[in-house]
Amino acid sequence: MIEYIKGYLSTGTTPGEAGNLFWATIYILLVIVGVSVAVLCMNWLERKILAHMQIRLGPMRVGPHGLLQPFADALKLLIKEDIIPQDADKLVFWSAPVVVTMTAFTTFLVVPFGRTHAVTDMNIGVLFMLGVSSLGVLGIIMAGWSSNSHYPLMGSLRSSAQMVSYEIAMGLAIVSAVLMTSLQTGTGTLSMIGIVEAQASQHTWFIFKFFPLGFLAFAVFAIAMVAETNRAPFDLPEAESELVAGFHTEYSGFRWSLFFLAEYSAMLAVSSIAVTLWLGGWMRPFPSLLGGPAWDMAFSFLPALTFFVLAAGCFLGTIRMPKIPQFRVQTIGLGTFGALLGLVGLVLLVPAVSVRVQDIYWFVVKVAFFMYLYIWYRGTFPRYRFDQLMKVGWKVLLPTGLGVLIATALWGLMPQLSAAITGVLQ
Amino acid sequence: MSERTDYLDLDTKDETFLDATELVLNMGPQHPSTHGVLRVILKLDGEKVLGTECVIGYLHRGVEKIAENRTYAMFNPYVDRMDYVAAVSNGLGYCEAVEKLLNVEAPPRAQYLRVILTELCRIASHQVWLGTHALDIGAITPLFYCFRDREEVLKIFEKYCGARLTTHAFRIGGCIYEAYEGFEQDCKKFCDAFLPKLDEYEELLTTNRIWGERTKGVGILNPEDCIALGVTGPVLRASGVKWDLRKAQPYESYKDFDFEIPTGLNGDTYDRYLVRIEEMRQAVRIIRQAVDGLPQGPIMAKVPKVIKPPVGEVYHSIEAPKGELGYFIVSDASTQPYRVRVRPPSFVNLQALDKMVRGLLVADVVAVIGTLDIVLGEVDR
Repeated sequence: MIEYIKGYLSTGTTPGEAGNLFWATIYILLVIVGVSVAVLCMNWLERKILAHMQIRLGPMRVGPHGLLQPFADALKLLIKEDIIPQDADKLVFWSAPVVVTMTAFTTFLVVPFGRTHAVTDMNIGVLFMLGVSSLGVLGIIMAGWSSNSHYPLMGSLRSSAQMVSYEIAMGLAIVSAVLMTSLQTGTGTLSMIGIVEAQASQHTWFIFKFFPLGFLAFAVFAIAMVAETNRAPFDLPEAESELVAGFHTEYSGFRWSLFFLAEYSAMLAVSSIAVTLWLGGWMRPFPSLLGGPAWDMAFSFLPALTFFVLAAGCFLGTIRMPKIPQFRVQTIGLGTFGALLGLVGLVLLVPAVSVRVQDIYWFVVKVAFFMYLYIWYRGTFPRYRFDQLMKVGWKVLLPTGLGVLIATALWGLMPQLSAAITGVLQ
Repeated sequence: MSERTDYLDLDTKDETFLDATELVLNMGPQHPSTHGVLRVILKLDGEKVLGTECVIGYLHRGVEKIAENRTYAMFNPYVDRMDYVAAVSNGLGYCEAVEKLLNVEAPPRAQYLRVILTELCRIASHQVWLGTHALDIGAITPLFYCFRDREEVLKIFEKYCGARLTTHAFRIGGCIYEAYEGFEQDCKKFCDAFLPKLDEYEELLTTNRIWGERTKGVGILNPEDCIALGVTGPVLRASGVKWDLRKAQPYESYKDFDFEIPTGLNGDTYDRYLVRIEEMRQAVRIIRQAVDGLPQGPIMAKVPKVIKPPVGEVYHSIEAPKGELGYFIVSDASTQPYRVRVRPPSFVNLQALDKMVRGLLVADVVAVIGTLDIVLGEVDR
């Protein structure tokens, strides 16, 4: 058994590629658990970061610094009464959250957390991700329609119009990134792993490629993905102050939490597309500028260092806890949590582990940056109105995406074009 | 004003209604952004508003009727409960109206104290407005900034009269409390600290593109409509009409102070926002002048223990944060008023809602309700 595991670990392919069903199952389970944990963390982080932006403390009561708040909320949602409105279309009402959650999780099949850390390497990976994630809108329409109520209906209609119009701009931006992969080999690739490898072989992240074209395409995608996931400032489908709660007004308890889970995993999914396509996926920053074994060594310490910093933060929090008996449990809890984080950091110092985890670490860091942006937007921007949202989508993002696509194609053809022109002239 | 024919007809069945081209949406009384218990019935074509009808009365407490069974002094605390966001202004209007009926005038020191507290209250009220208005449009952060700074005003109120919200700060004939020790310093400290905070709010909103797009050209009200509908306060001034009772019919000691009346040009939501922001700056200016020039002397005029005004009636109005707040009191020479009628600014301003939102989108209804700055306690009384 151990030999079997070891034997697999030394291969350089994804389980899907190798046709290894056992490892594919393990990876799928890992991805599902990982995404759920990420959503829990994101829940806590969003509340804390947003709170600190708004001169509040955020959750402080359940566990030290509210660390157990997401678990308490999950538990509360699980044991809440399950309400289906009398006039709702019960079957559709029941299946809508399932559809939304399933599509949100399915997209992670092709997300490459590292060279071998993906469930599978599909040759149409990007297309698959876009296709599956846009199926999510179906669930939202189902939820809005089956609730048989005005606010959800309007929310779901807004949502569908919004997603359809932003997907086009998103697609154009993605095509320009795909074009860039064909520069050296002559044939492009839609495989997520292939795209990252193209960036590695061209020694640049696509965000810096053909400056400013790569950056523009990235910007178009970064705006469209916020709209695609219904987050502020494009959170019209669930505009709290207008539509109460939008498409999930009638949902409560566990069903509601499925929508929540789906929303956050969709955010993670689109962020990972952005990271894969423009920010070099699992590659560490400056692989060529700060190249060489010495730098590799230095960068390999970073995962452990991150965990040590987090642990230090926990210990600092332990020292700053009020020294009264009521806080003893919380203080001990925070100290234990810090010790656990430190332990993880220690494990990450082991060379065999750190080499394997390096890829995942950089991927997660980059995705976390996008997650922070999401929270930042929410704290800063007012909400767009529906017509303005459409204006931004169709009149700004779509022409920009199209222009960038054409410009990228021309720039990529430059050598051939110039050769042809000089040939004609001679 | 000619007879209006464009009322929203909800009773007769619309012929196109069953074709599913129109949607009647009930917004409120339980809704996150109708500022309490306002119920707005919207007739929609998709997201476009064809017409609205406001249903009010969910917070009716019969304040005016209560007045008929209370003595003049006993009724004073009740008025704080109408516009609970600007309780001090309500008290000021009532006390002045009764003083006018009694033909007494508060001593200068009391007048200055009243001006300081009322202007502080104007700032607090506008802060609540700004926070909730921004929240309605989707910017959640200004709310917390506003409430943090409003706390300083409430602390001054609490130190002065013991209450934070329903202050009952003034009495008929002047003030009952002398300014506490350090009152002047507290006010000055607040003024110094508040102006940078105001810039902070503006930094978040004034130049924000999305804020501009959401507010510019939304809910336009031209001066003629304003006057026809009886709209007053910042809403009127944002339409370009320079009408402020503090200048037009100076009461208290407002004629002693040097301040400006900000006006807008377009009468849209953005102008109303700018006007209110500028009003906060002017309020700071007034407070500084009043604190510097606070005269010495008594704070209570000679008012009989049992207030029995002579037979007659009086209408007195002041410039509350939300507009013209008027009290009409009829006296039959007994200890209780024969009739009290309040002219609340929110109630009158709310009339303009239908005019402002026709042809706009659902999201704008929320923005317009916010920009009218209504308090349902005052609308329903």
